[in-house]
Amino acid sequence: MATGNDRFKGYRGVGKAVLERFDVGVWSDVQIESTKGSFRGLILPRSETSDDQHIVLKLASGYNVGLAAQSITSMTERGRREANYRIPEKEFPRDAKKPNVILLGTGGTIASRLDYRTGAVIPAFSPGELYGSVPELAEICNLRTEKLFGVFSENMGPVQYIALAKRIGEAIAEGVDGVVIGHGTDTMHHTAAILSFMVQDSPVPIVMVGSQRSSDRPSSDAAINLCSAVKAAAEGEIAEVMVCMFGPTSDQYCLLHRGTRVRKMHSSYRSTFRTIGDVPLAMISREHITPLRHDYRRRRSDRHVKVNTAFEEKVTILYYYPNMHPDLVDAIVEKGYRGIIIAGTGLGHLNRPLYPAIERAAKKGVHMYMTVQTLWGYVQMYVYETGREIMGLGVVPAANMLPEVAYVKLCWALGQTDDPEEVKRIMLTPVCDEITEREPYNGYLIYQGAIPEVQDFLRKIKR
Amino acid sequence: MGVVFKPFESMTPEDYAALGLRSGLEIHQQLRTRRKLFCRCPAGRYSGEYDAEILRHMRPTLSEMGEYDGTALMEKKTRKNIYYRIHHDTVCTYEFDDTPPFFVDEEALDIALEIALLLRLNMVSELHIARKQYLDGSIPTGFQRTTIVGVDGWIPYQDRKIRIIQLGLEEDACREVSDVGHDRVYLTDRLGMPLVETVTYPDMRTPQEVAEVAQVLRRLTRSTGRVRTGYGAAREDVNVSITGGTRIEIKGVPQIWRIPRLVYNEARRQYSLLALREELKGRGITPETLQATHQDVTRVVAKVRYEPIQQALAAGQRVRCTVLKGCAGLLGWETQEHTSFVKELSDRVRVIACLTRLPNIVHSDSATEALAARDWQMLRKRTQAEPNDALVLVWGSEADAHCACEEIILRVREATQGIPSDTRQALEDGTNGFERVLPGAQRMYPDTDLPPMAVPEERVERVRRQLPPFVWDTEAALRRLGLPEDVVIPLCLSPRRKLFDRLVNELKTDPVLAGVVLIQRFKAWRRAGLRPERLGDEEVYEVFKAYREGRLGRQGIVWVLARMLQAPETDADAAGRSAHALADLPSEPVGAKEVRARVEAAVAAVGTAPFASRARQHRYLMGRLMRGFGGAVNGMELARVLEEHLERATALEGQARAR
Repeated sequence: MATGNDRFKGYRGVGKAVLERFDVGVWSDVQIESTKGSFRGLILPRSETSDDQHIVLKLASGYNVGLAAQSITSMTERGRREANYRIPEKEFPRDAKKPNVILLGTGGTIASRLDYRTGAVIPAFSPGELYGSVPELAEICNLRTEKLFGVFSENMGPVQYIALAKRIGEAIAEGVDGVVIGHGTDTMHHTAAILSFMVQDSPVPIVMVGSQRSSDRPSSDAAINLCSAVKAAAEGEIAEVMVCMFGPTSDQYCLLHRGTRVRKMHSSYRSTFRTIGDVPLAMISREHITPLRHDYRRRRSDRHVKVNTAFEEKVTILYYYPNMHPDLVDAIVEKGYRGIIIAGTGLGHLNRPLYPAIERAAKKGVHMYMTVQTLWGYVQMYVYETGREIMGLGVVPAANMLPEVAYVKLCWALGQTDDPEEVKRIMLTPVCDEITEREPYNGYLIYQGAIPEVQDFLRKIKR
Repeated sequence: MGVVFKPFESMTPEDYAALGLRSGLEIHQQLRTRRKLFCRCPAGRYSGEYDAEILRHMRPTLSEMGEYDGTALMEKKTRKNIYYRIHHDTVCTYEFDDTPPFFVDEEALDIALEIALLLRLNMVSELHIARKQYLDGSIPTGFQRTTIVGVDGWIPYQDRKIRIIQLGLEEDACREVSDVGHDRVYLTDRLGMPLVETVTYPDMRTPQEVAEVAQVLRRLTRSTGRVRTGYGAAREDVNVSITGGTRIEIKGVPQIWRIPRLVYNEARRQYSLLALREELKGRGITPETLQATHQDVTRVVAKVRYEPIQQALAAGQRVRCTVLKGCAGLLGWETQEHTSFVKELSDRVRVIACLTRLPNIVHSDSATEALAARDWQMLRKRTQAEPNDALVLVWGSEADAHCACEEIILRVREATQGIPSDTRQALEDGTNGFERVLPGAQRMYPDTDLPPMAVPEERVERVRRQLPPFVWDTEAALRRLGLPEDVVIPLCLSPRRKLFDRLVNELKTDPVLAGVVLIQRFKAWRRAGLRPERLGDEEVYEVFKAYREGRLGRQGIVWVLARMLQAPETDADAAGRSAHALADLPSEPVGAKEVRARVEAAVAAVGTAPFASRARQHRYLMGRLMRGFGGAVNGMELARVLEEHLERATALEGQARAR
C-alpha cells in the first residue's frame, strides 16, 4: 500500500484530513455517505493547483466528480484499483534497407499522458511508446529516440540550445540519415532560429516538430506532424534546419518551413506555423514530399557539419510603442545588456524623446539593431527623416530579419565577438535566409474573410 | 429458419417477464440557452448552408485508466475521411477544435441544476469536465465534453420508483449529412449546443413501460420551461437486455412512440441469437472450433450474371469469398421482424469495411436466385467448400474486401459466443441495425483544458428555491381546476405556464378561459401561420388585465390578441404593440345603456336588409358590433342584448304585418 504523500497524492488541508480520518487514500474504491447522499467510486489523485475542499471520485460510468470534503460523513474502502496509464509499448522494428533517423526529445506534446499532479498533460516518449501509438513510423525509417530534456518549450534556453546543437553534431557524425527534434510549439521558432546558426552546413535534414493538440485526443495533429517530420528527415532532400508542422486547417499535409523564416502565428490553431515574408520550403503528405522552391541546401553523403555554440545571454528585444519612455532604455543599459533588438513601428521607427537614451546606449557600446514589428517587410530607414536620425544614433537596420530571429542571432554573434564591425558583419551576412534579397509577391498572404473571392475559395478548397 | 417468437401485438407482460426483459433510457434534451455550452456561438440556429468545409481524421487514444476503447479501435479500422461543413454564423474555431474551450455556460448549468433537483439526485459539489470519446467524427475534437451534475435519484412511476443513475450536462454533436464509402459528411450547426442526458437504471419491464417513462422524463424536463422543443431537440437512447443476453444500446430514437416496437425487436433479436448459439453448438461449432477462411475469387466470378458483381468487376474491384464451415442454412436465421442473421454480417461490412452500397454481400443460403446454382457450385469447387458450408461473397477495393471478410468471420465467431455489445441504430420499421461497438467506461478521459469547477451550496439552494413543482403534481392540480385533458399536458410543458399562474392568481381569470386561450387558441394561430411566440408574456397579461377591468369582453381577448399578431413584424417593441392594440379600448367598462344604444343604432342602420335567416342576421350584426366596440364588451352579453332587440323588432314587424 502506498504510504505518506503518495497515498494522498495532491490532497492537502481539509481534503487530506478527511481521507486520513476514514483511513482511505488515492486509488481506494470507496462507499461514501455524505449530507448530499451516497456516492460510490474510486478516489483519484488531486491536482496540486486545485483547492483543498474537494475529494475527486471516478464513478463506475467513467465520469469524475468532486465531492465537498466537509459534507462527507463516512467513507468505507471496498477495494483498490490503480490506474496504469501507459501507451502500449511495442519494440520498434528494424529494417536494414530503411534510413536511420534519430528523434531528440526536449519536451512538448508529441506524445503525452495525463499528469495528476497538475491535471495537465505531460510528455511520454520512447521508441516503443511512439511505435505503439504511431505505428506508421516503422514504414518510413528505423527510429532511435533520445530524451535530452523534459521541459515545456517556454523553459528552453541557452543551456538547452547548446546541448541540443552539440548532440545534433554528434548524431550526424555517428551517421544518422536525418534528425528530428520534438519540441513544444510556443518557442519552437526561437530554437529553430538558433539551431540554424549554431549548426551550419548539415549534410542531413534537421527537422523540428511538435503538436498543437496533444496526442491524448483523437483529433491530435501529433501523428500527422510526426510522420511528416520523420519522412522529411528520412527521405527528404532538403538538408537544413526546418520546422515541420500542420499546413492548412484540414488534415491534409504538413509544411516544411525554413528555421529562420518561420513563426508561430496563432495561440491555438494547428496551422499556426507560417513562413513569413517568403514561401515555405515544401509540402509533405503521407505519400509525397513536394518542394515549393529549389534554392535549398541538398542532402550530402559526407559527415561534415559546422557546430558553433557561442551565445551571449545579455541581449533583449525592445518592442517599441508610442509614448515609450527613455528610462526604459537606460535601465536596460544599466543592467548590463550588451545588445538590443528593437522591434520598431512601420519601416523601423522610434519616437524622438528616446533618441538621447539610444545615444547613451550606443556610447556604452551596446549593439542595437532595428527590425519591424509588422513582421512582414523590410526595415527601410532612409524613407523618413526619423529613420536617418535613428541610424545616426548607431542603430543598424536588420533588413527583413524577424525580431526573434535577430534576437537569437545577436546572442550568437555577441557570443563570438564584441567588435562592432565584426558583430555587424555577422548580423548582416545571411546564414540561411534570415535576411533575403527579395520578397516574392506571394510571401505576404493574409486573406480576409467575408470578401466574396475569399469565401469562394474557402467553399471550394478545404484549407 | 430460426425460433418461434410471438408477434409484437400478442406479447404480454408475462411474456416479457419470462424473457427477463430489462430496459433503461438515456434521454438527451437540449436546453434553451442563448449560447452554446463551451463557446459564445449563438445556440439553436440551424441551417443546411455552409461557407467552408474542412477535413479531419480520427485516431484512438488511451483512456485515463490506460486502456483503449473497443469502439475507438473499430472506428480506426474504418479509415474514414470526415468532412465538416461550417457556417460563419453558427460555428467558431472552438467547435472544430482550433481554440480551447471557454468556461461552461452559466445559464445551461443553472438549467441542469434545476433538472437534477427535480430528479432528486445527489448533487455533485465540483464539476469535472470529461472527454467522452466519439471516433465516428460526429465531434471534430473526437470527444464530447461532458460533466456529471448529480447521481442516484428517482422518479415515481405507477406504484414504484424508476431509479436515475445520473444527469450529465454535455455538448451536442454534429448532424450527419451522408456516409458513403470512406467519406462521411457532417453539418456543424448543432455542434456544441448544451443538452442534459438523463440516464435511468434498467428498471422498465415491458416495451410500453419504457415509452411511458420516457414521456414522464420528457415532461419533467419540459416543465422547467427552459428546454428546447421541436424535432431532434429531445432524443432517446434505449438500453435493452434479456436473461442471458447483453446490454444493447439503441441510439437516437427521435420519437417516443417508436420505442415499444424497437424494444420488442431487440428482445426478439437477443432471444434468437441465443438460440442460434445453441444451434451452432449443436453442430459442434464453438469459438474454438469455428473454421472460416476467405480468398480472392475475382476470376472465378468473371462470368457470373449478378449485376452488383458485374459492376464491381467493371470498376476494377476485387471479389472475395468467405467460407463458413458447417454454417449452411444459418445465415437466414430470423433475428428480428423481417430480418435475418445475414443482416448482421451485411451491417458490419457496411459500417466497418465501408462498403456502403447495398447489397454489399450475397450468400449461398439466399432464397433468391441472385447467383445461379451452378455459380455456387463453381465457387464451392474452387474454395473446396462442402455442401454444409455457407459461402458469402463481398466486393470492393482489395483492402475493403479483405476487411469485410475478416469482419464477417469476426461476427460469426461472436455468434458462437452470444450477443456482442453493440450500439445499434433505430430503423423506421421498428427493427435495429449495427452502428458501432458499444463503448465502455474506457472512453472517458478528464478534460485537461478546463479546471474543475466548484458548485457552491448557495448556488444549488438558489436554484432549489425557484424550482417548479413536480410535473405530475402540476398535472393533477390543473385537472382539479377543471381544465380539459388536451390543455392539461401541453400547459404543464408550456413556457406560458408561469403566465397562466399569474393570470389565474393575480387577475383571477377563469382557469379554463386562460388555459384554452394560451394552449388551444395559440395552437390554432400557429396552424394558421401566425407566430404567437411573438407575443411577450407581458403583452398577453395586459390584454387579460383589460378583460379583468371590464374594458374587454371574453371574445375581445382573442380579438385583440389576434390583432396584435397580425401587426407587421417590423412593428414597434412588444410594449408598444400591446399599447397600440389596447389604445382604442375605452378607459372604463362600456355601460349597459351604451350597449343598448349601439345595438339599436346598428339594427337601424342595417334596416330590413334581406337576410336568409335570423341566425345570419344575428351573426352579421354581432361581427359589426364587436368590431365597433373593438372587443371592449362581453360577447355573450352583447349577443343577449342583440337577440332581445331582434326578437322585439321581429315581434313588432309581425304585428305590423298582421295589421
